[in-house]
This record gives sequence, C-alpha cells and structure tokens, in this order.
Amino acid sequence: MTHDAIRDKVAIVGMGCCKFGENWDKDPQDMIVEAAYEAYEDAGIEEPQRQIEAVFCGAQYPSKGTAEVADALKLYDRPVSMVVNYCATGTDAFRYGVFAVACGMYDTVLVVGFDKPKDRGVSGPSVAVTGVRGLPATPAGWFSLCAAQYFETYGAGREDLARIAVKNHHNGTLAPKSMLKREITVEDVLKARIISWPFGLYDCAAQSDGAAAAILTRRELARRFRDDPVLVRAIAIALSPSPQEDPSFDFLRWRATEMAAKQVYAQAGIADPRKEIDVAQVHDCFTLTELLAYEDLGFCEKGSAKEHIASGTFALGGELPVNTDGGLKTFGHPTGATGVRMIYENYKQLQGKAERRQVKNAAVALSHNIGGAPQACGICVVAMP
Amino acid sequence: MVGITSYGAYVPMLRLPLAAIGGGKGGGGPEKAVANWDEDGVTMAVAAAVDCLRGIDRASVDAVLFASTSYPFKEKQGAAIVAKALDLRRDVRTADLGDSLRAGTNALRAGADAIRAGSARRVLVVAGETRMAAPRTPLEASLGDGAAAFLLGADDVAVRFEAAHQVADEIIDVWRTEGDPFVHAWEDRFVVDHGYRANVREVVQRLFAATGLRPEAFARVVLFGPDARSHALVARELGFDATRVQDALFGKVGNAGAALVPLLLAAALEQAKAGERILVVSYGDGAEALVLETTPRVERLEGRRGVSWHLARRAELPSYDMYLRFRQLLATEHDRRAGAGLSATKHFRDRDSDVSLLGQRCRRCAQAQFPRQRVCFTCYARDEFEAVRLSDKIGTVKSFTFDNFAGSPNPPLVAGIVDVEGARLYVQMTDVSPREVKLGMPVEMTFRKIHEAGGTPNYFWKSTPVR
Repeated sequence: MTHDAIRDKVAIVGMGCCKFGENWDKDPQDMIVEAAYEAYEDAGIEEPQRQIEAVFCGAQYPSKGTAEVADALKLYDRPVSMVVNYCATGTDAFRYGVFAVACGMYDTVLVVGFDKPKDRGVSGPSVAVTGVRGLPATPAGWFSLCAAQYFETYGAGREDLARIAVKNHHNGTLAPKSMLKREITVEDVLKARIISWPFGLYDCAAQSDGAAAAILTRRELARRFRDDPVLVRAIAIALSPSPQEDPSFDFLRWRATEMAAKQVYAQAGIADPRKEIDVAQVHDCFTLTELLAYEDLGFCEKGSAKEHIASGTFALGGELPVNTDGGLKTFGHPTGATGVRMIYENYKQLQGKAERRQVKNAAVALSHNIGGAPQACGICVVAMP
Repeated sequence: MVGITSYGAYVPMLRLPLAAIGGGKGGGGPEKAVANWDEDGVTMAVAAAVDCLRGIDRASVDAVLFASTSYPFKEKQGAAIVAKALDLRRDVRTADLGDSLRAGTNALRAGADAIRAGSARRVLVVAGETRMAAPRTPLEASLGDGAAAFLLGADDVAVRFEAAHQVADEIIDVWRTEGDPFVHAWEDRFVVDHGYRANVREVVQRLFAATGLRPEAFARVVLFGPDARSHALVARELGFDATRVQDALFGKVGNAGAALVPLLLAAALEQAKAGERILVVSYGDGAEALVLETTPRVERLEGRRGVSWHLARRAELPSYDMYLRFRQLLATEHDRRAGAGLSATKHFRDRDSDVSLLGQRCRRCAQAQFPRQRVCFTCYARDEFEAVRLSDKIGTVKSFTFDNFAGSPNPPLVAGIVDVEGARLYVQMTDVSPREVKLGMPVEMTFRKIHEAGGTPNYFWKSTPVR
C-alpha cells in the first residue's frame, strides 16, 4: 500500500447539504436536487450535465439504487455507482469519488449521500426476521455493548455521556441546517426514558432524512472553480471483526475506528492527532460512540475521555472541537448522507464559513463514520492547501 | 430389568398468584407455575431433559418420546426438535405422544416396552405442557406449566417397572379441538365422578386384583388429580394413607396435564429410598396404573435439580395482565406472530448452531468460536474445526444492555455477550431481573422461543443466571 498515492491530489470545489430532519414533504429527489444544486452553485458549475463526468452515490436504504440520483439530477450517459457500507456509506462513496479523480480517469465528479429512512414508518433500521440469532438487532443495543466494561474499567458513567449530548445539542443550535435546535441539560439527559441502557433518549442520535453532495476535481484544476478549494489529504475505510463474535474483543473500544485511524494517519502523516487536527466531526450515533471515538482516534489516551469531557477539550473553543454542527445527535442522521455532511461541515470550517460555530484558524479537519454492529469505519482528513 | 435410570424436572420460574386473576395480590396464597413468554412445552421438555441427562453420555440415547397435549405444532415433530436441541445422535428414534392427559404415562410405558422388545437400550421420555383455558375461568386457575424427563434403560436401573394396567374410556370430560387455544371441560361434578374417580378406581382395583397387591404395599402413591379435593377423595377411597400420597402441587404448580404425573413421579424419586414400591396412576380418556420398585441406585442419583429446586426458584408475575400478554391473549400494537418469519433454508443451514448450539474449536490454535466459520478468527486456518457443544457449558457475562426498543412482552429485553469456552455468543438473557446482571456473572444456556414471526415458535438459546 502506498500511503501518499492520493495525498492532496484531489480538491473539493463545491459542497451542498439540504436541511436534515423529518422531511415528510420531501422525496429523495427533492433532497438530492437541493444538495447537488447547492454544490453546483458553490463550485460555479452551470452545466452539470456537461461538466460532471461520473457520479458516486451512497445510501443505506435506497428504494431505486443509482437511478434515484441519476433520475433526480438527469445525469445519464456516464458512470453512476452506488456504495452501501453501513453508516460509513457516505464516507465510502466520497472515497470512490476521490480515487476516480486521483487516478486521472475523470476531471470532475459528483458525490451524493442520501437517505430517506422516515418513509419506513419506524425509527431505527428495519429488522427482517429471517433467523433467530443476532437478536435483538437494535443499533442502540449494539452500540451500548461497550458500556458496562468501559464504565467498570475506567470509572466513567452516564453523566460523562450526558455531557457529550449537552455539547452536541448546544452546537446544533448554531447550525442553520440541523434538525434539532434545543439546548438541554445533563439532568434532562439523565432523566429521559431509557432506550437501551445506558442510553436514554438524549444519548441517541436523531434519525432523519437528508442528502449532501460534493464536487471533486484534480488539484491542478481546482482554481478554475474557486479560490479556496479544500484538499483531500487522506481517506480510509476499515472493517473489523464482529464485536459480537470476535473471541478476543475487550469491549473497551471499537476496533474498526482504531484500524481506519492507523491507515488515515499514515496517509496524512499525522503523529499527534490532538495537536495536528483543528476540528473533527465524529460519529455520535450514541454518546458512547463519540466518547470511544475520542480515544480510538487517538485524540486522548484510552480511559481518559472522561477528564477531557469535563475540561471541555472537545467543546467549541476547546483544544479540538468535535461535532461543531451538532453531530448526528442534533444535525440528524440520514445514514448515507452523514459522511458527506461531516465533510461539508469540515469544508465550511476550513473555508472560514462556519459562522457562529467557526473554529479559529482551522487548517486540518477530520471526519469519522462508524457503522454496522459496528464493523465498518471510514475516516477522511481534509486540509487547506 | 427395565426401568428408570435417571430423571429430571422443570418448573418455570414464574408464578401467577391465583388471587391476581381476580385483580388481587399474591402475598403467599395459592399460585400456579406459568411459562415465561419465551417458553413452551418443547423448551421446558428440553430443560427437564438437560436436568435428567446430567453426567450421562448423550450419544447413548437411542430414542426420544415426547408427550404433550399443548405442543405448538399440529404437524412437525416435537421429539425431533428436542433431540436436536440436546445434540443427540442422528439415528435417534423419535416419536410424539399427545392428545390425552395420559400421554405422559403412555410414553413411559412405550419406552419401557421398546427396551423390553430389544429395539432400544436407552429411551429418553420427556413431557412438557403449557395448557391454556379461557381467561378468568376456574379451569384456567387450576392449570399449571411444567415438564419432566426420564431416561429408561435395562442397566443401572434405579426404579424397576413391575406391572401396569389400564382402562380406556370414551367420555366428554376435558377436550380441545383443532384451532382452539383453550382446553374446555364439562361440569366438574360429572367430570370427577364419572370420569376421574370412576376410571382411577377401576384401574387400581384391577391392578390390585391382578397382582394381589394391597394399598399398604406402596410406600408412595403418585396420583393424577384435577383438583386437591377430588385427589384426596380418590386416594382415601382407594385405601391409601394420606401421608404416602405424593403432594400433587395444587396451589404451587397446578395441573400440568400430561406432564403432571411425570412431574410428581420425579418429585417422589427425589425422596425415595431403596426397595420402595411406588404406585403411579394417570388419568385421561381412561386411566393407567404402574407399579414401580426402587433399587439402591435411586439413592445415588444426585446432582439433579428435580422438582424441589425448581419450586424454590420462583418469581411472582406482577400482574394478571402480564400473563395475558405473555400468552398473547391481550391485543397489542405489534403482533408477535407478524412477518414472514424464519427462512426455512437459512434455518436448515444454521441448525447445528441455532438448535444444537454447537460452536467450533480450531484444531490448529484451539480457539473456540461461534457461530460456524470457515476461516478461524484467530489463526486464519481454513476448515480446521471440530464441533464443541456450548449448550451444556457455563458461560460468563462479558457485556450487557437492557433494551427497551427491541419488542418484548416484558421490557427491557436483557441482551449481551456471553463467553462460553472462549467463544462469544450474542444472546438474550431470560428469567432475570436487570438488577441481577453483573459483568463476569456465571450463566447457563437455556433453549427458548426467540420469536414467533411467521406464526411459528422459532427457537434459539438464551442465557440465564446460574442459581
């Protein structure tokens, strides 16, 4: 494997994101068009049918597959591919776009992540019961499985998780396109009904509908589109063994994150993540997922997240602000869109366009997706040239 | 010599105070044993058989006879499920006996006959019942759930089969027809006088006449009874000393149907001494009377939980409504039977993992793993595995959660990772209160209904605290 094969070769020149939420009145088509046309406008693309050479889509619950995007945007007579990789789907679709440009095959490609889970009438993924094993199959149940061991080993508890929810609710109030805009208190979190211990209602991300899009081009062509392109420094995907079957698993971490982090830091040449990364969007499908990500991404030592949560390391204004737009928790979590949405926030942060949630002098940003039960992790590092 | 070489019993943990049926509280009054929502006649029969087969090589079992009137399938054999759950030999003989309260003793006698005829050396007889009567009827209050198991053989006999007699009778006393979930009964004085009392007296008197035995010859009498009053009346009429009549568990378990006499016999064997004669009398569409005699081995059958252990392990159901919900007698938003259900072909491929709970151990690195893999998790050896039975091993809790989001008639659903022999099982935990769950706690495996999607009972294993 060549660590610098793609480093800084691909530029993001346009991004778009529709408002996330329970978009009862919007089809996938509506959200895809809103996200893609915002990205076109951002990149100054006036003739997408001529200028976009390939399309990479990501959706966990697509009803039509690639045609959902091609039909919505009338992008035919070119490759349109779709990726499904659990909650890392958005990052993975973006990764295919990066590779397609980096290898020189295409000059300009479109990445679209989207999902419309709220058409299914239930919260959470649908469970088709075809077997008897692996049940209950609820994301909260899966992601809570590290809690008991982590709490006992490191003396953390629900209060530490609650502070993450409070932080992300606060950040969400500052993001115009977020789903939830309401400040909450630690007490609100602790008093809410339990979904799957230790997760109460406020420990769980808001599942929502949404779409996000990116325009990628070769670095050399970027300035034709804009003066402040953002470079893709590194992007990696890793799959870990099933935490439920792996005989050696210790339930103190998500191994997929550690595996992907190792790859992405090698690509980016990052040795001290907390010092070298200025802003991060991490997968907070549940509060504990974010806590484990701090450690598994090397932002802090294993077992020390609690102290950093208390001292505000990861708050806006802290040493390494995390989930500046409210994260999955309040911005919303349309599965396939989430990874692209995170890159959208990092792109805006690096360009200095994050308004009231702007992190000062941000030059390197990381986004992290983890999905499955969980097994798949995607991480992307973007940077200013 | 043909007889019982081992026994086991199972009474579900939950008790419904009879007062709760009328909206009252328990508080130490009469109660009945009720199967948890994930239990049925098959799962309880497996549990009783596990108790019976403790310390016995399961490969030595030649046949399984399963007795139940309440077994959920009309077509599809219970004994075959029991045999697979117990990981018995592939060439095991299996048969179900049902349709009558006498099915339990029918099975015991059929098993003994097979051994006498030389067609089997060791026969496992299991009976399990979860009979239902219509809500808030006196019949409902009288019924209880339970199971018992016996291993019959010709060697190492603890209880010899000496003699048996029977009468067959056509009478409309208790019945249940196809498609009806509820047992029905005619007026109780008629049922008792012309059904139960008449048949039991007749069969016992015939047995006395044929064998020359008298009531005093029996150290213990195991007698079916529909209720405490008629049970005591018939025992007295037949000349048995009340102290020698086995407690029929009225107010504790309830009438466990075809499993009642087997359950009472298991309870009697827990106390039995060598050289005692036991009279066993069952009733249902006639009656059967069996003369059994204990050998010194009966005192050496230790380590079985039997009935007493299960009676001591009890938890009261908080309400009658919860019982109704468990039995799907209350309308709920989500029907547990909805959905397409199990893929038969997936089940076909997964039977060793899902029904027998067989894990695998890598021959190269010795790592145990579950479920079936082709490539080793640890050393990546391909297809170098031997099967390892996990169902009879003690595991430890590695991780857990209490899930209110997963559908359960009794939320939260407790689930987690259990380490068994080094293999990891993601399983639900049952017969447990969330307060009890701790990391590292020892658990045993118990065969349960995992869901009823598609309208069929779909079984898998769960963990439960070692008590």
